[in-house]
Amino acid sequence: MTASPPRRGAAAAHRRWRRRAWVAFLLAPAAFTMLAFVVWPMLSAFGYAFEAFDGLVAVRFAGLANFGDVLADHATWHALGHNLIVFAGLMTVQNGLAYLLAFALLKGLPGHRVHQAIVFVPVVLSAVIVGFLWKLFLHPLFGLVNVLTGLLGFAPHPWLGDESTALGAIIGVNAWHWIGFPTLIFLAGMQRVPRETMEAARLDGAGDWVLLTRIVWPLIGPSVTIVFILTFIGSFNWFELPYVMAGLTGSPGGATDVLGLLFYRTAFGTVSSSIQDFGHGSALAVLMFVFIAVVSAFALRMLRRREIEL
Amino acid sequence: MALATAGIAATVGTASPAAAGELTFWTWRQEDRPAYAELFRDFTRQNPDITIRFEAFAAENYNTILSTALAGGKGGDVIHARAYGGIEQFARAGYLMPLDAANVPELANLPADALAAETLRSDNRVYAVPFASQTLGILVNRDAFAKAGVTLPDALDWDGFLAVCRQLKAKGVTPIANGTATAWMDEVFAGVVTAPFIGPALVEDIRAGRTTFEDPRYTAALAKLLDLRESLPPGYTGVDYPTAQQLFISGRAAMFVGGSFEIANFRKQNPKLALDFIAPPSPKPGEPRPVPKFYDGGYAVNAKGADTADALKLVRWMGTPAFGDRLVALLGNISPIKGVRVEDPLLAKVQQLNANSLPYVMAVYFRYETPTGSELLQNGVQRMMAGNVTPQQVGVDLTQGIAKYYAPFRK
Repeated sequence: MTASPPRRGAAAAHRRWRRRAWVAFLLAPAAFTMLAFVVWPMLSAFGYAFEAFDGLVAVRFAGLANFGDVLADHATWHALGHNLIVFAGLMTVQNGLAYLLAFALLKGLPGHRVHQAIVFVPVVLSAVIVGFLWKLFLHPLFGLVNVLTGLLGFAPHPWLGDESTALGAIIGVNAWHWIGFPTLIFLAGMQRVPRETMEAARLDGAGDWVLLTRIVWPLIGPSVTIVFILTFIGSFNWFELPYVMAGLTGSPGGATDVLGLLFYRTAFGTVSSSIQDFGHGSALAVLMFVFIAVVSAFALRMLRRREIEL
Repeated sequence: MALATAGIAATVGTASPAAAGELTFWTWRQEDRPAYAELFRDFTRQNPDITIRFEAFAAENYNTILSTALAGGKGGDVIHARAYGGIEQFARAGYLMPLDAANVPELANLPADALAAETLRSDNRVYAVPFASQTLGILVNRDAFAKAGVTLPDALDWDGFLAVCRQLKAKGVTPIANGTATAWMDEVFAGVVTAPFIGPALVEDIRAGRTTFEDPRYTAALAKLLDLRESLPPGYTGVDYPTAQQLFISGRAAMFVGGSFEIANFRKQNPKLALDFIAPPSPKPGEPRPVPKFYDGGYAVNAKGADTADALKLVRWMGTPAFGDRLVALLGNISPIKGVRVEDPLLAKVQQLNANSLPYVMAVYFRYETPTGSELLQNGVQRMMAGNVTPQQVGVDLTQGIAKYYAPFRK
């Protein structure tokens, strides 16, 4: 005996319903967490950005006034300039070195597996630990960096206390911390490049430099896209490392101030300025979000165009 | 991330349920936990039906945590509130209970300037019982002086001070431990050193708006800081607050420009430390040597607390001389309560120095709106000490920054 078509259809619908209910059940905790701790706060912040606060209380609708104030504030552009420097610095120092390291690892030199692990080790450390550790390394009185530069005949230098070197020092620490991540992404991309392509280029007399610039670089487009986008987002959300190493004020003299620190100071105040301003802080956060989202989307579109299907 | 942070912080309160008969006390001073345990035991002995739970939060995040909790109708029953601009936003939002002679008669035990530090300017009502005054000056490691064979004269003027610094340096001791890497310490450093050069008349002129920070008397005082660069640790622009503390405690540096709030901490870290506290040097021999002074915060009642009657009982007790005596003994702070006994000789000396004190200008007058005078001064001094701006430029930046909300500074 077989089930009639309508009963078969009902059973299938029931299975589908059960499957959907099961999927919904599994997704619910993550969805709830995202809604409660990401989506809802973000929407709230959007709302606060349009309100004027008297102390901690929203007192009236302010329209776009908060945005105007933030954009007219010299501190915003000063901090944005530093974020741009951070992005440029990380793209060249961190990602440039990561590209070279990935190529070296690809060549399978003796000990490359150990080196692959070593390069990635700092990534697993927290930014707070890295920042504190490097604060000690860069200390003007007993820091390891000054000891080493002293061996080379250089005078001790207050790396984090000099306006001309502080931001660069923190960018360098960020590169040390994160270099393993783009290295692995580049390496994964390079491993997808067909061996015949590389060998053919070698047979045609291409050296490492030509391979790196003419063969590998165009063929690892998707990896470059990921690294570029993540570096961009990370550079404009930069907070932990400058906070630990330079404090909320972006010491010395604002030389390491970035948008993340400015946002925190504006919204939550500091020890020396207990004034909290959620309206302007939220407006700055919204502008940062829009800027990062728009530029990332545009960059993604542009970078995707140069990707080559392997 | 910033966007979500803004939303969360502005809306989510921190729950802190207290049991019946139990009050919670919120503070940023984690280091005071043992002292408060003793203080609260005293209170519970007198009020057996009330116990108090001490809850401390990181100082740098305290305002954020407190404001989000209060906005959510939570927070401690009794709150350690900051002073001056730091209490205004909490009081203005209606989170704190106004205190007066009717509900806290012990306010009469406190001097007017202490109460002013916890008063909301718009309604002229007091919102917290002031807990301590802090005096800024020069902490001296007497052992370091003795080891170097250098004598610190009692009557200290600027030239004499520089001579002492030179002698210490010649003996291989860093004269002054301070660096400039920690911004808030730069304000302390500038506040102490410039106080005798500024004097009460200029402070009053600035407060009243009769002059600005571009006044040559002020910028000349700032310029004195530059004379001390040779006396600071090598690479001082990269030396932060904890390093400076350790240099001083260990005797590698002989002096530390700081506050009376350091005394208890320094003694705890090195009980054998031969510590002294002196006023900054006078401009010329025999001239006054005022010290900057401010009130550090107070005890406020959460207006939406579960048991405001018990909370008021606790706050009233915190305004009594008996509490003040214990606070001085346990915390090594100067209580502003009238008639408090200060038995520790060093604290007694600090209390004597208070007789010739000036308001700690930026904290007392220009921390109510942004950019605060403190932020501007810290930034300016940091840059000036690094040789990147002149004292005159610091004066201009201070004046222009404060002019955004202080009409007398607008030209």
